[in-house]
Formats: sequence, structure tokens, C-alpha cells
Amino acid sequence: MALLQIAEPGMSAAPHQHRLAVGIDLGTTNSLVATVASGLTRVLPDDDGRMLLPSVVRYTDAGIVVGHAAQSAQTEDPCNTIVSVKRFMGRSLADVDASATPYALVDTPGMVSLDTRAGVRSPVEVSAEILRTLRDRAEASLGGDLVGAVITVPAYFDDAQRQATKDAARLAGLNVLRLLNEPTAAAIAYGLDRAAHGTFAIYDLGGGTFDISVLKLSQGMFEVLSTAGDAALGGDDFDHRIADWLRQQLALAAPSAGETRMMLARARSAKEALSSAPVTKIALTLDDGRSVSFDLSREQFELLTGDLVSRSMAPVRRALRDAGVAADEVDGVVMVGGSTRMPQVRAAVRKLFGQEPLTDLDPDQVVAIGAAIQADVLAGNKPAGEESWLLLDVCPLSLGLETMGGLVEKVIPRNSTIPAARAQEFTTYKDGQTAMAIHVVQGERELVSDCRSLARFELRGIPPMVAGAARIRITFQIDADGLLSVSAREQTSGVESHIEVKPSYGLSDAQIADMLIDAYGKADSDMAARMLREAQVEARRLVDATEAALAEDGHALLTNDEFVAIQAAMYALAEALEAGDDSTKLKLLSEALNAATTEFAGLRMNAGIRRALSGTRVSELQS
Amino acid sequence: MTITLSEAAARHVQKSLVKRGQGVGLRLAVKTSGCSGLAYAIEFADALQPEDIQFASHGVTLLVDPKSLPFLDGTELDFVREGLNEGFKFNNPNVKSACGCGESFGV
Ligand SMILES: Nc1ncnc2c1ncn2[C@@H]1O[C@H](COP(=O)(O)OP(=O)(O)O)[C@@H](O)[C@H]1O
Ligand SMILES: [Mg+2]
Repeated sequence: MALLQIAEPGMSAAPHQHRLAVGIDLGTTNSLVATVASGLTRVLPDDDGRMLLPSVVRYTDAGIVVGHAAQSAQTEDPCNTIVSVKRFMGRSLADVDASATPYALVDTPGMVSLDTRAGVRSPVEVSAEILRTLRDRAEASLGGDLVGAVITVPAYFDDAQRQATKDAARLAGLNVLRLLNEPTAAAIAYGLDRAAHGTFAIYDLGGGTFDISVLKLSQGMFEVLSTAGDAALGGDDFDHRIADWLRQQLALAAPSAGETRMMLARARSAKEALSSAPVTKIALTLDDGRSVSFDLSREQFELLTGDLVSRSMAPVRRALRDAGVAADEVDGVVMVGGSTRMPQVRAAVRKLFGQEPLTDLDPDQVVAIGAAIQADVLAGNKPAGEESWLLLDVCPLSLGLETMGGLVEKVIPRNSTIPAARAQEFTTYKDGQTAMAIHVVQGERELVSDCRSLARFELRGIPPMVAGAARIRITFQIDADGLLSVSAREQTSGVESHIEVKPSYGLSDAQIADMLIDAYGKADSDMAARMLREAQVEARRLVDATEAALAEDGHALLTNDEFVAIQAAMYALAEALEAGDDSTKLKLLSEALNAATTEFAGLRMNAGIRRALSGTRVSELQS
Repeated sequence: MTITLSEAAARHVQKSLVKRGQGVGLRLAVKTSGCSGLAYAIEFADALQPEDIQFASHGVTLLVDPKSLPFLDGTELDFVREGLNEGFKFNNPNVKSACGCGESFGV
């Protein structure tokens, strides 16, 4: 039965004519489309009543096949049957493990491509086929054109991966209302926003990715406190363990591509069966005609995969630590993703959190349902006043700028809620400097060389001023989709420059994880390196300034002795700078030079004022 | 002739009217359209029309035009929560058939 809402006078929608919007879970393994129709949220099935669309695209001579039909051709035509294309989104060839795929990967600029029977295809195009299939399904089932879609992405997706997802949607003819983090969508689906307050953990183990998020709800407002994950951990890895075991049992040294695919397919069925049965049978027919069959028990399976389950616990602890929440302070744990059906996964989560995880909603559908609910709100189908819930996401790594000496100045710290805009003021370093190079970096380390470079641009046309006089305001803005833009503006002259950060390829989750582990492990040595760099920058600035001042006014304002004393202090510091890496020595010598030049600086200032006033009449000064 | 609101519906209408900042009541109507012929409309009312018939229920004024009234007589308007969604529901004794989605109906 439809649930109706109050409309403004004369504005009641005719039935079946509200704005059609859908939520799409574009998964590594499976994709789904859901919608809110007549006040009810439902996942839309295909003609055969199946909700899940395997994220598989096959290029054949007769055309493109997507979903189940493509999946069943995996064994016979592996090179033209693309599975888990999400792993390639926004990644360059260097980012992916080419040996782990049967595809002919092509090193195309920006993003890796796949050479298929239909020609070279980018991951964006392959993903667009999946999205187009879901769009067709939705339009056929809802009987109209979609006004837009909310598409979910893993919380860890970086700019390049998010941009690639948006591009795929555009290619599929979908208007993207919003990209939404998958765990956040799950929270919406569970209606966690309706509770009064609480802290929740979303544990999402899918086919190819693992995400954990800690969410805090207070006064009807949702805040993602932290996210962590592992992009190289999912149900696929469990399949591989069973396949490896099969290969050992069969003593198959080099299985053909077809045999590998078949073993993986059987392994997956066995794994899924073991979620509800204590033992399962695996039957195989090899290329040489041999037919074999094995029994695999749940116990054996748990032994083969125990380390995979424990591997997911490290990001969980990291996310809890980032959120400043103890495991027993979490009010609810939501299970998302098909792999959370495995009893050993539930057991491990139960043990870590000391409570029974939430599994009421179908773990496959949770994300699509949440996306549909948000799509409905964004499409304007909710009456005024009811769309007021606010969702806050976070950015997974700090964003900052390179400053002098290769140091990073963080502008938006990691786990800041987005959308976000932060500004910071910088200044020029040299007298008469008219341009400033702006280097945007991402990461937790103190040195630019240890972080990831996202973009570079220049602010030109700064009016010449003495060093330190220009006021350059740099604003970082992350939109609701997690995409970054940076602008710089010199405050006195108003000159401006702007860049949309679209990195040519993405940071892998593993890279993000490595960078985080690195940052934690190296905090001490980073601080020492930072102190040294700061001392070097300061010393260089002092030497340059003193040299310039001596050349300009030294002989006019100083006695010979004074001149020589300052020069000696300056040379001592310059020498220490050449020698390099003793920050204490640099600091001491900088202080000495500062002391030696204090009086000189006073004299110069007076001289400057005298010069400035020399053209002014006394009468004007007095008035 | 009578049309009523459930307490939950009245509470929600009153809250919505306050939030909106204006309005004399709620207008209920039946329009011809949809796959089963007729459809409900619920709108805020800013002014009384001369032919309007008024009902009062739990402190809320309901306005119905004479053409819609026969289809709505005896109806109770309820406000319910179903799973993740909430909204108004017509408990209408006149309805003989409804379309699958429930957005339109026949009498
Ligand atoms: N009953 C089950 N037991 C164990 N694993 C399952 C079960 N059902 C589905 N899966 C696994 O869930 C994974 C797909 O999960 P899904 O949430 O659809 O992934 P993704 O988000 O990566 O698209 C696959 O690895 C699949 O084998
Ligand atoms: Mg998923």
C-alpha cells in the first residue's frame, strides 16, 4: 500500500509520476539497483526475478553480454569476459597486479585498459555497460526515465576512482545525484539515523573489498568518525584458497586458464554452500577428461582461510582507534556484503565487539537500499522538512600543500567530515616574488617526498612585494562526492588561480594503508626530519635577507667593525647550511645571526622611514 | 458524512503546518488518474473554497470538495511507519479494488 505525503496546494503528483530516482550499488562482484516507489524501498529484479547482477561484462562477436550470461562464459572465454573491473577503476597499469588476471592489459595514459575482442576498452567503459544494464532494468520496471541515481563507492575510493565512477555513470546515460560511501549507505538502510544517538560500526566484506566505518549519531545527525579497510581482501580470496587447495589435491602444476576459472567457480559455490552446510562436495572435469570430486568440510575451510578473517580485524582496530572509540562502546555492528554470511566472519566480529552483529537486512542489498533512500531524498520526492537529515562523510587521508623545504602543511586533516572547505594563508618567501607554485599532496607524513602528489598549479601576477608581505589565501574544498578543488587568491591584489584535482590515476587502498602504517611507525623520525628542514629553511631565509641588506645599506649604516661582525655570523651560518644536517647547530647559529643583526635592522627601519618621509612636508604630517 | 484523522495523522499534520508556517488545514481530494482509475491527493490548504465541505478531527480542519466527498465518506486518514518509510494511508471503506502499488484505486 502506498504511503502518501502532504503536497503544496495544487502540487499533488499524479500517481506513478513522482520523480524516478534509483540507488545503485556498483559492486566489484555484484551490482544492484533499488528505488523508493510509493513510499516503499525495494530492490528491482531482472526478468527472471534475480536481484543481483554479476558485475561481469563479456565482449562477443555478436555484441556485449552483461551479468549472469557473461558469468557463465567465464570458463570458456576468460580473456573477453571481464570480472571485478572495479579493481581497475582509476588505476594505472603500475597499480594493478597484471599477473593475477587473464586479461590483456594495456598501459594507457591515466588508467589501465583491457584489450578485448571488441577492441581496447577502459574500465570506465566496462563499468558503464553494467550501469546501463541496471538503468534499462530500472526504466523498464518503473516505466519512465530516471531523473538520476545515487551510486555507491567504497569509502576508501580516492579522487581518481570516484571520478572514474562518475564518468562511467555519465557514459551509461545516468545523471549522478551523488556518490555515496557504501558503509554510509548501509547505515541509512538500517535506519540508524532514526535512533536517538549511538556509535555504530559497519563491517562490509564483499567479493573484492573490505571496508570498516565507525559512525556516530547524535541529535539526528550522522557523522562518519573514521573509515579504514583493505581493498585486497574479500570473498574472492576465500575462493582462491579453496582453488589452491584443489590444485594441491590434484597435483596440477600449471592449470590452463579454463581450468583455473572452473576451479574458482566451483570454489565459490563450495564456499557459499559451507555458510549453511557443515560439508560440501566439489566435482571437477579437467582438460584431460579426468572427472574428480572432493569433500570439503567447514572446519577444513576455516583452517584454510583463518588468516583472511583475522586480516580484516587490523583495519577494524585502526578505525576504532581513529574514532577514539573502544570496541565495547559500539552500540551496534552492521554486517554488509555477501561474505558476511560466513559463520566464521560473524564469529570473529562477535568476538571483537563482544556483541551479536546486525544481520536483519540482506547483506547483499543493504547498500543499494540505502542508496535508493538517499536518491529519493535528493530527487526531491520527500516533502519539505523531511529531507533534513544530514550525512557527513570523511576524507580518508590528509590533504595539504608543499611548503618551503619540502615540508607538508596539512590543510584538511585526515578523517575531516566532508563536504569541507578550509583555508589557510601563506606568504611569499623572496622579495619581489610574483608567482607561487602550489603543490597539492595527500598523506600523513611530514615530508612531501613521502606523500602522494595530487596536483600542481601556479598563482601568477602577485604584485612584487618584500618577502612575507603578500597574503595568499589557499582554499581546499571537498565536495559531497569527495572530489577536491583548490584555489589560491592573493588578498591585496585579488589575483586568483584554481584547480580541480583530477589525478591521472588513483591511490590503491593498499597504498593508503601502507602510507598510514608508515606514518604511525615513522612519527618520531618524521618529526626530527621536519625540525631539520625547518631549521634549514629559516637559516637560508636569514642568510639571504642579511646578504641583501648588507649589500643595500651595509656600508651606509654600519661601521666597519659592525659590518665585519655581521658578515662573520652570516658566513658561519651559511657554512653550517652547506654542511647539512645538524638542526641544533643551525638553530644556534641562526640565533647568533639574528642577535648580530638586530641593531642593523633597527637602523634600516629608521632609514626607511626617513626615506619615505623625505618627500612629505611637515605641515601635512601635522594635520 | 464523515472523514476523520487518526491521532498519529493529526499530530503529524499539526507538526507539518507549524513547520510550514501557514495554512488553514488539510485538503483531501480524489482525482481521476492512475492505473485503477482514481487517486488520492493530500495538500496543505491556504484558503477555503466556497464549495468546500469542512470536517474537524483532533483539532485539524479537513477540507473536501463536493465531487470528492462520495469517494471519501467514512474514510480515516492514518499516518504510519512501514519499515524504513512513513506516510499517510487512507482507510477507505468505499474502495473495491486497488492497483498493485496502491497509488490508485477503484470504487
Ligand atoms: N552464502 C554465502 N556464503 C559465503 N559467501 C557468500 C555467500 N553469498 C555470497 N557470498 C560471497 O559474497 C561475495 C559477493 O559479495 P557482494 O557483497 O555482492 O560483493 P561486492 O560488494 O564486492 O560486489 C562473493 O565473494 C560471494 O561468493
Ligand atoms: Mg558491496
